[in-house]
Amino acid sequence: MATELGPTSVKPPASGGTPIHHGPKGVGEDNKILSQGKWASWLLAPTIIALGIVIVYPIISAIVMSLQKDAGLDPATGLFTAGGPAGIQNYVNWIGQQCAAPGGGTVACPPGTLGGQFWSATATTFFFTIVTVTFETVLGFWMAMIMARTFKGRSMVRAAVLVPWAIPTAVTAQLWLFIFAFEGIANKLFNASILWTGSEWPAKWAVIIADTWKTTPFMALLILAGLQMIPADVYEAAKVDGATAWQRFRMITLPLVKPALMVAILFRTLDALRMFDLPYILTQGANNTTTLSILVINQIRQGFNSAAALSTITFIIIFLVAFIFVRFLGANVVEQSGATGKGKK
Amino acid sequence: MKSRKFLLPAATAGILALTLSACAGGGGGGTTGGGDAEANLEGRGPITYVQGKDNSNVVRPLLDKWNAAHPDEQVTFKEQTDQADQQHDDLVQNFQAKNENYDVASVDVIWTAEFAARGWLQPLEGEMAIDTDGMLEPTIEAGTYQGKLYTAPVSSDGGILYYRKDLVATPPKTWNEMMEMCSIAKANNIGCYSGQFKQYEGLTVNVSEAINSAGGSVLDEQGNPSLTTPDAEQGLQNLVDAFANGNIPAEAITYQEEESRRAFQSGNLLFLRNWPYVYNLATTEGSSVVKDVLGMTALPGEDGPGASTLGGHNAAISVYSKNKATARDFVKFLIEEEQQKFFATQGSLAPVLGSLYEDQELVAKLPYLPVLKTSIENAVPRPVTPFYPAVTKAIQENSYSALKGEKSAEQALADMQASIESAGAGS
Repeated sequence: MATELGPTSVKPPASGGTPIHHGPKGVGEDNKILSQGKWASWLLAPTIIALGIVIVYPIISAIVMSLQKDAGLDPATGLFTAGGPAGIQNYVNWIGQQCAAPGGGTVACPPGTLGGQFWSATATTFFFTIVTVTFETVLGFWMAMIMARTFKGRSMVRAAVLVPWAIPTAVTAQLWLFIFAFEGIANKLFNASILWTGSEWPAKWAVIIADTWKTTPFMALLILAGLQMIPADVYEAAKVDGATAWQRFRMITLPLVKPALMVAILFRTLDALRMFDLPYILTQGANNTTTLSILVINQIRQGFNSAAALSTITFIIIFLVAFIFVRFLGANVVEQSGATGKGKK
Repeated sequence: MKSRKFLLPAATAGILALTLSACAGGGGGGTTGGGDAEANLEGRGPITYVQGKDNSNVVRPLLDKWNAAHPDEQVTFKEQTDQADQQHDDLVQNFQAKNENYDVASVDVIWTAEFAARGWLQPLEGEMAIDTDGMLEPTIEAGTYQGKLYTAPVSSDGGILYYRKDLVATPPKTWNEMMEMCSIAKANNIGCYSGQFKQYEGLTVNVSEAINSAGGSVLDEQGNPSLTTPDAEQGLQNLVDAFANGNIPAEAITYQEEESRRAFQSGNLLFLRNWPYVYNLATTEGSSVVKDVLGMTALPGEDGPGASTLGGHNAAISVYSKNKATARDFVKFLIEEEQQKFFATQGSLAPVLGSLYEDQELVAKLPYLPVLKTSIENAVPRPVTPFYPAVTKAIQENSYSALKGEKSAEQALADMQASIESAGAGS
């Protein structure tokens, strides 16, 4: 991604006779590079403007909104009136779980308000993320190892594995809702009478199972791509040296597939942190399955401005997680494409 | 290459930002004031009618009829999705944008207060008044906010108690009678009663029915919560007790309309509270074991018919409309007897005109009409408040905990009360 930002990465050579340009060069050539730079910035302008419209503007607008109070009701007319500036009150309210008190000021949010669910929703979101991504990584790796082998009907298996990923999440959720219904298949199969969507842990497991079913194929495919990058002769050499299957997996497969694996885990983690459809359709957020996204959507119907504050908080949380991944765990999403060839300055 | 090291988190942020921008898209800042309710009252010309998905093809024939008679005031149909939440959000966005092409909109009864308080709806008074004679009283109440009629009732809906005629000779009139009949269910080894108790809008419907039927109310006349009363507690306690002693089977905590209908249709329930749509399915579907023994009666109350929750849709005129005279005439057209009858026969939508419930032709086609009339006459609109989303959330979450035995009915009501007060206090 970074290398495509033309002007900046093309220009430096022009200023200081770098190895790219051999021997003395005419003025015309310099001009050519300059005009190329101009030309490039013209070509890039539409993309930059489009990005500005779809990314920068909404973010700024959301942040501005989050600093406003929600509309309040004028008791005399029964009409809503603008709330006015709120400073960071909306953020303070969410993080401190404070709600408006009838006489003015704030009180601790009573049960049944959205404000009282911020920390539990954050915990739920992280719980789902950690558990589902762990399952998906292990199962996805296993599926990828199978798919990487050569056997009859391999392409069939690869296509079949993709099916859950191809179904829209909302449809998946509805299917699992039928499966987890009291008289649904899950209970019939195990001859049980579990209230899957009606009590806390079964509800959480229902979400985890459905999410794992749906997104493991995504994980498997990304890991498969990584596995196929490993040349076969490395394994052959190891075999000749007498390495066991476990040694080959640990010393060759794992280290070589790590970059692809980290990217896959990063993508899934970011996705899981935004989880919405599955718990929303399965439980409507009951039984402690309310994720941050569900909380945002519910809040939008009650007041845009504090919903904007909450989505900004959610954004910051997800951003921090992504940053930690990229910075400390070495998930190489962006750098990799540029790291080849050009070398360091 | 320092710039790249910097770009890396920045690019990640860019990707992530899409999440945020998607969330921000729904809003649009604090709206106030609304439009001018005095403008364009005489305006005539083409208008648009906005409604959710027209599943049973009712709207188009009606529009054809209107358009044939009014060549200069054509009505165009803007069809929304069939999801109530999406319809709501679509209306909010267009009203906020002061879209003058949303002239007449079909609004769920629970949205009236919110839209009216935002100043988006044209009050139906003075020149814009419509004739409400002959309409069932609760349907008018549901369209009224702060003493003004804002939306015209077009279709209504109410709860019905379905029962097994083969097992129950005379249907129960009161909640206690019904609970006593649960011994019949036990003897036959089936569940006794169910409504909809999953944590969603249907739970609000069922809980407010229980509270209203016991003589309590969610909000008082001024729109303040009034849940900490013995009557309200009795209402919620009835449900809590029934769950505790098994009269309502434990699995009912996962039921929405369809799950409860299936349980009743497959013979697993003696009594079922549900909407009129069940009648058709329960009497025609092949898998139904209650086909020939389906009984219908009004919901049981404390000492007579209970207070059903009112459903249905009303027609609202946008204050931003340029052609309000045409819009008013079109709304009047929708509530004429002929159109009401068409709604009932073609779309199985309950009429708002009382007289139609005695219409022989209609009753022959929709035998539940007499029962439904009792139900709607005794119905109480869901809390008419601009803070409805917060109110329904407070009711759902707290009553759900109470039904599961996690907190007492008294505590649940106190928490509801506090939540609703907080919502009304603004933020």
